[in-house]
Amino acid sequence: MTEILKRNKALSVSPLKASQTIGAALAFLGFHRAMPMLHGSQGCTAFGKVFFVRHFREPIPLQTTAMDQVTTVMGSEESVVEGLRTIAEKNNPSLMGVPTTGLAETQGSDVHMAVKLFRDKYPEYDAIPVVPVSTPDYTGCLETGFAKAVEAIIRTVVPTANEAGTQPGRRRHQVNVLVGAFLTPGDLEELKEIIESFGLRPVVIPDLSDSLDGHLGEEDFSPLTIGGAQVSELLTLGDASATLVIGYSMHKAADELANLTGVPDHRFDHLMGLEATDALIDVLHRISGEPVPAKLERQRAQLQDAMLDCHFMLGMARFALAGDPDLLTGFSQMLAGVGAETVAAVSPVNAPSLQRAATESVKIGDLEDLEKLARSTAAEVLIANSHGVESAQRLGIPLLRAGFPQYDTLGGYQKTWIGYRGTRQTLFELANIMLTLEKGEIHPYRSIYAQKPEYREVVNESDAATATGGLHH
Amino acid sequence: MKQKEIAALLDEPACAHNKKSKSGCAKPKPGATAGGCAFDGAQIALLPIADVAHIVHGSIACAGSSWDNRGTRSSGSRLFRIGMTTDLTEQDVIMGRGEKRLFHSIKQAVEEHKPAAVFVYNTCVPALVGDDVEAVCKAAQARWGTPVVPVDAAGFYGTKNLGNRIAGEAMVKYVCGSREPDPLPASANRLGHRIHDITMVGEYNIAGELWHVLPLLDELGLRVLCTLSGDARFREVQTMHRSEANMMVCSKAMINVARKLQDAFGTPWFEGSFYGVRDVSQALRDFARLIGDDDLTQRTEALIAREEAKIDLALEPWRERLRARKVLLYTGGVKSWSVIAALQDLGMQVVATGTKKSTEEDKARIRELMGQDAVMLEDGNPRALIDIVRQHDVDVLIAGGRNMYTALKARIPFLDINQEREFGYAGYTGMVELARQLVLTIESPVWRQVRSPAPWATAATQHVEAC
Repeated sequence: MTEILKRNKALSVSPLKASQTIGAALAFLGFHRAMPMLHGSQGCTAFGKVFFVRHFREPIPLQTTAMDQVTTVMGSEESVVEGLRTIAEKNNPSLMGVPTTGLAETQGSDVHMAVKLFRDKYPEYDAIPVVPVSTPDYTGCLETGFAKAVEAIIRTVVPTANEAGTQPGRRRHQVNVLVGAFLTPGDLEELKEIIESFGLRPVVIPDLSDSLDGHLGEEDFSPLTIGGAQVSELLTLGDASATLVIGYSMHKAADELANLTGVPDHRFDHLMGLEATDALIDVLHRISGEPVPAKLERQRAQLQDAMLDCHFMLGMARFALAGDPDLLTGFSQMLAGVGAETVAAVSPVNAPSLQRAATESVKIGDLEDLEKLARSTAAEVLIANSHGVESAQRLGIPLLRAGFPQYDTLGGYQKTWIGYRGTRQTLFELANIMLTLEKGEIHPYRSIYAQKPEYREVVNESDAATATGGLHH
Repeated sequence: MKQKEIAALLDEPACAHNKKSKSGCAKPKPGATAGGCAFDGAQIALLPIADVAHIVHGSIACAGSSWDNRGTRSSGSRLFRIGMTTDLTEQDVIMGRGEKRLFHSIKQAVEEHKPAAVFVYNTCVPALVGDDVEAVCKAAQARWGTPVVPVDAAGFYGTKNLGNRIAGEAMVKYVCGSREPDPLPASANRLGHRIHDITMVGEYNIAGELWHVLPLLDELGLRVLCTLSGDARFREVQTMHRSEANMMVCSKAMINVARKLQDAFGTPWFEGSFYGVRDVSQALRDFARLIGDDDLTQRTEALIAREEAKIDLALEPWRERLRARKVLLYTGGVKSWSVIAALQDLGMQVVATGTKKSTEEDKARIRELMGQDAVMLEDGNPRALIDIVRQHDVDVLIAGGRNMYTALKARIPFLDINQEREFGYAGYTGMVELARQLVLTIESPVWRQVRSPAPWATAATQHVEAC
């Protein structure tokens, strides 16, 4: 049982947390032709946009209800209605999301009522689903906001089996995949490929690997997301033969989907490491009735070999982890699988999944907490987002970037951590980091009597002369 | 090198087994031989001399696949890490330009790197076409004023072990005795006891492990004139003849050096090891015994008592985790008996050991430690090693790096003990690292994961047996 150490200081220093609000926005960005509109002041959106632009190095569609003094005091529902109308009119999106901010929630803005007003006032846009979701930034973190948005999308858009006449298993090869915020576009690509190798058709909700994978499209400009899960697919989820749920944070969304559609689900905390991936492959094998493809068997054997090669470097290696609960739990278990130890762990919020983190305790806090913990437990490598650079420098240890945001390097969003292949690559990377530490190095000892010339400040000239003269051939 | 000279090197009078079986110097068998050649042995023995330009005279295979590939460490000069070879071409060989190229190579090395000396390793091709390496070295030394030492060690002369001796021979012949030791530093006198000069032959400072031992020697007032060759400098090798006691550290690779220094300068020597608590203490006692200074003997005993108590405490938690674990030991250069003692100190059980390079004397010591029924492996082919692991339910295989991947493929925990390794195990403190590394691999969770079948594998398709 992991001990959770609560926040015990007033000031958050070097914050680890990213807001629920932008987490929700990210979930909407995983749908095709979507537009999230943050209900708050315009700064909430501007900051969120920069956050994702720097991380993905892509244009990010993100709008705002632009609450001002008047709407903040007098009521902001009208701003939501007008904002939705403007976006619908200008961009004709397939999906509009309205995550709320701390400002809107504190004001007591009723975003559900605002959406209803929009429906009443502008019936011509009835075909465009609008999903309000309550995601104030004074609670939760990016991971929870993402999960809440997916849950709200399912609740709002997915019809019940009765309404739509869907039937689990009618689309024999379809598998719904609910994925948490900790999976990168690179992870999702890998996951889809694995599922497809069993002859199954994955419908990934939301699918950032199709929208924010960094591809160069035909269109020169799009105000909306390009790529992502098709909103129309949401209507077919009830016909799938199974739902895979990746990430503990997605459980509520999964419950919602199961209630609506009756499709049986299989839940995984994460897909890092041999055993976690084995569990996924075994489920796919059973769902599809197909044998495990030789390619995956091979990748599994390659991972096992890498585990052996890497265990010398990673065994007893001491890691400090900072990240949202699912990512933290996944990394800690993967590390434990090769004998490495998570000696310092910090999560921005508490979550039930942290109970499964392979570490003695998790501190709810910031990167300053992580830095202190890492120092006191003599951590050797830090795993954190790009904000960890400074901490790692002060600690004098290397950093592996994972999680949001990664703004000082390229391609962080494309990194594949999961599956046999992703785990193998991660292990190699971590083992190589350990090698750079030159752990076995023994500090050179200079004997007080040594005759070594470089120990002496001035080399005696006559000495050097004897050295050459004295040789006899 | 003439056949006669090679025979003289193989006929080592100081080897105890020279009177009977010659297992230590057996001929290689075509088709069933592992291990390096004479060039390999010579280079390995001398490369750690840090401020020397080591030039491999030959075509590319010799230096190309062996340079910068060793765990030895230097506390200063890093010149030895720079690979240098004449990289002979077909034209050089056909037209006989090898000597000329070597001469210019030496010039280039001297001018660009200002080495304390140049060592030239002769290899098969130039030896075969008859390059006069010794003459070239002599001429180059006269021309540029930097010592140039020929090491005539063509691979076909024989095994790695012979190469070690050739290297030692070159040092004794060309370098030892060419300079007197530096006067003792003024600070040495303040310590109030006599300072004695010693050397260590066949100690390579792998992973810097000698630095675990040196502080103790400093404390005792033992000045290490030279280690041949870990973290050594050319000017240190020159003074080896003034040592009062020499320690033969690694096997008997350079036993000829110890013997010849004794013949020429009367220096007594002993064979010892810095692996394992018992052997470290014994080595310190042997120095004191050979030097014969009562004060030194007393201080040595006090130091041993202090260090043993300290290390005993540090090892206690590791002993708990290693007790009764079974080891199969298959060492390359490192003496089996020394490591056996070290492992027994940790409470482990050595079920078998390799003796391919062991002398008759080594084997006697092994029997002393492991009992008369000790399993000794002459031929450590991978299949035989794995079979013994299975038969005896071995927990960990300790061997040289080349066997590492054999062990891992067979899903057997492994510890690298050879010269490429990254960790230093010598001295009292080295034992803690050894214990740590053993626990790290034995207790690793990866073994369970690589031995258990995939969840979807049916009983019929299980090809991996848990072991």
